[in-house]
Amino acid sequence: MSARVGVVTFPGSLDDVDAARAVRLAGAEPVGLWHADADLHGVDAVVLPGGFSYGDYLRAGAIARFAPVMEKIVDAAQGGMPVLGICNGFQVLCESHLLPGALTRNTHLHFRNRDQWLKVVNASTMWTQSYETAQEILVPVKNGEGCYVADERTLDMLESDGRVVFRYLRDNPNGSARDIAGITNERGNVVGLMPHPEHAVEALTGPSTDGLGIFTSVLQRLVTAR
Amino acid sequence: MTVDTVEFAAKTGDAPQPFAELGLKDDEYARIREVLGRRPTRTELAMYSIMWSEHCSYKSSKVHLRQFGEKAPKSDRMLVGMGENAGVVDVGNGLAVTFKVESHNHPSFVEPYQGAATGVGGIVRDILTMGARPIAVMDSLRFGAADHPDTRRVLPGIVAGVGGYGNCLGLPNVGGEVVFDPVYQGNPLVNALCVGVMPVDRIQTSAATGVGNVVVLLGAKTGRDGIGGVSVLASATFDADGPANRPAVQVGDPFAEKLLIESCLELFDRELVVGIQDLGGAGLTCALTETAAAGKAGMRAYLERVPLREQSMEPHEILASESQERMLAIVTPENLPEVLALAEKWGVLAAAIGEVTEGDRLVVSWHDEIVVDVPPASLADEGPVYERPLHRPADLDLVQADRAETLPRPSTVDELRQTLLRLVSSPNLASRAWITEQYDRYVQGNTVLAQPEDTGLIRLDEETGAGIALATDANGRYARLDPYTGAQLAYAEAYRNVAVSGSTPIAVTNCLNFGSPEDPAVMWQFAEAVRGLADACQRMGTPVTGGNVSFYNQTGTQPIHPTPVVGMLGVIDDVERRTPTGFRQDGESIILLGDTLEELSGSEWAWVVHGHLGGMPPRVDLDRERLLGEVLVAGSRDGLLSSAHDLSEGGLAQALAESVLRHGVGARIVLPEEFGAGTGPFVFLFSESAHRAIVTVPRSEELRFTEMCTARSLPWQRIGVVDAEGGALEVQDAFTVRVAELREAHEGTLPQLFG
Repeated sequence: MSARVGVVTFPGSLDDVDAARAVRLAGAEPVGLWHADADLHGVDAVVLPGGFSYGDYLRAGAIARFAPVMEKIVDAAQGGMPVLGICNGFQVLCESHLLPGALTRNTHLHFRNRDQWLKVVNASTMWTQSYETAQEILVPVKNGEGCYVADERTLDMLESDGRVVFRYLRDNPNGSARDIAGITNERGNVVGLMPHPEHAVEALTGPSTDGLGIFTSVLQRLVTAR
Repeated sequence: MTVDTVEFAAKTGDAPQPFAELGLKDDEYARIREVLGRRPTRTELAMYSIMWSEHCSYKSSKVHLRQFGEKAPKSDRMLVGMGENAGVVDVGNGLAVTFKVESHNHPSFVEPYQGAATGVGGIVRDILTMGARPIAVMDSLRFGAADHPDTRRVLPGIVAGVGGYGNCLGLPNVGGEVVFDPVYQGNPLVNALCVGVMPVDRIQTSAATGVGNVVVLLGAKTGRDGIGGVSVLASATFDADGPANRPAVQVGDPFAEKLLIESCLELFDRELVVGIQDLGGAGLTCALTETAAAGKAGMRAYLERVPLREQSMEPHEILASESQERMLAIVTPENLPEVLALAEKWGVLAAAIGEVTEGDRLVVSWHDEIVVDVPPASLADEGPVYERPLHRPADLDLVQADRAETLPRPSTVDELRQTLLRLVSSPNLASRAWITEQYDRYVQGNTVLAQPEDTGLIRLDEETGAGIALATDANGRYARLDPYTGAQLAYAEAYRNVAVSGSTPIAVTNCLNFGSPEDPAVMWQFAEAVRGLADACQRMGTPVTGGNVSFYNQTGTQPIHPTPVVGMLGVIDDVERRTPTGFRQDGESIILLGDTLEELSGSEWAWVVHGHLGGMPPRVDLDRERLLGEVLVAGSRDGLLSSAHDLSEGGLAQALAESVLRHGVGARIVLPEEFGAGTGPFVFLFSESAHRAIVTVPRSEELRFTEMCTARSLPWQRIGVVDAEGGALEVQDAFTVRVAELREAHEGTLPQLFG
């Protein structure tokens, strides 16, 4: 049986269909999870997709954090389940304190959508093990509040513990501290990133298929773990 | 405060009423009294003033728009035609597509962010109303001079509004236009297009049928925003002091709209609604009268049941409010509990506010007092119709005689090179990336092509690869020189943009932006443009499925250029077969399709270099356009083409520059013999002759492709090769521009102006 990967839909989630497609193309079975449902339906991993949960009117991800499904996800993540947050999902993970720091308004104050080169800094997390360390990948970035911030001590700690997973290459699209595009928790099962790997899974619709590695990584991990 | 009831109105027939302030003429007011057999109540008067406004009633344009129906080519694809919220087209595989473009010009000038945002929101609800899931948007924008201080006020807000709303709805923005011209300084244009898809059997109707069925208002609470939006703001000219009237602009909440979309789609899928209508311009007034009129039914509505943002609102305000993110559904009493439960699941407010009744009266009460008792069709369908006087603009002969072909041209190869750089960096031809990067083009994961490609191409079905293509085009300068030809050139360019992607154009939507219809010269431009567009659609076999007219686009007595925006829908069997733009493979042949004539009037060159607008626009030959389209589609289907790019503003020079910059791959161009001498190279590079495209063809397919062109009598010329090594655009015996220099010129302009 293939691994089952849950994709959460909050009111205002937008890239949930895309994330489910990426899970499917990687060879796993996507399972829709509803925000109000405090049940993970036996999934092996969870993706929090991009979008504007609850309109992002208060602070991106600030309300989604309190959704019933999030309580279960936080517990599962602390128990070691692989959890990925993309864009708004990354914001939710920070708001939930599963990851440190916060995402603030882009320094240039515009929403920006472009194809972005990233460097894979840590290829040993549950979501990046199909990449090589220092591999360069091309995936779309699109956000208005993607500027990663944290205090200096936290940033130093992330660097020294190898918890920076992706870094923006050549051009920093939103002013993120130390060009950080994605980070992980200590255990390496929770990863959050602003760029959108689920939009780089088909040559037809994406700038590359480099994003697929995220989803094959977790599948590989889950299959070997069995 | 006492309410002006129907009963009271019948007793006080002579009471003076402020109809003129509400935009109604003497004879229109007299007709209302005749229809009702008494004076209207205050609420009824407000309703008539809205529904009989230019914006809602099309009273000046109706007699001309009829041509779109009368000249409509037979098409088996048309499932729903003009007159509905949006037309619906059969695209095969059991799928139907609905698309429409609409203006939100005046609100966007008054309040750029909210005006543009709610423009997107409004057109999205039109698409939703037909039963479709919205799948993409495009925006066609026109501003005053790029370096004018007011453009700096208007443009960033409008772009952020289009992006802010569309991005938050999860709709990819796949293309559009941005044009600068001082003629739009006092009246920018914001036209938004939306496209949606649905199973053929999910098409919805707006008709309120079934006596006893319940009228349910879904979505946001009703507030005081947007009162008088269509009647006051959209149906009058800005005076010389510029825009005021900020409260007449609505405020958008895209999150509420996203929930409304999802809840309505679930209502449709579960077959819980009998009829559905969005609330846009004219709010509840429009939705109640149109659903009742369409259902040939009566209706009873209770305004105190409408959820309000402000409890002090009066009946006429509730009916006139243009608060966003609302829909009106007609449901059977048995289904009502399920409808309310579904709305609650999505966090959408729902209130039963009335029911369908016998007879043909719309009766509206406010706390037990009847404030409206009217025949709904008198508001929705039987508004005034005007045959406005037409007069060819007095200056047109002089303008047409002042040809750009006589202007001084670059005489040395160095001047030619400078002209190229000046044009690719001019605001109308420079890279749009600063704008389009503010739009999400990836969401939903089906965007195969998006700006800066010529067309937006969306995959509909992952299994079969079936897809659709969309393009919007207009050229106000051409239309100013000759509105009939200008409208056909807009049509031809949209047709061509769809065809270069390998898609077959099948249907048209349009947004006709003009000055005041009370000016006979403007009305003549309008009549000519409609005639041109209707003739083109007839000849090319692409019906008009719907659209929008926007008049009164002028400040004081200075109208905008006539600006008929054409939106073209195309279909493609397999999106894998699409042809993208841009040079990529070293050594491939570059072939120019079509004829290049000496056509410089109305061109970007004449405008940028000489500030000149005069002469006759490029000639139109629609049969040639069709032939070009057939060759492009066949070339794509048979896998002969690596890339294709249409030629339009800026001519061949611009098309080459864009093709080089797409992937940073250079090209070597050889001037054909007939353009080799004198100012031949200039004409070859900068003429704007229509019906042309450049394609790149692998060497192995070159003979097959050119033989096909020859066999079909499409003129072609091999004009050069893709040159990946050279890193430059080189026109042999003339000049060379390095890719980096070209890129700097092309991409620096908008960030410098607005960044």
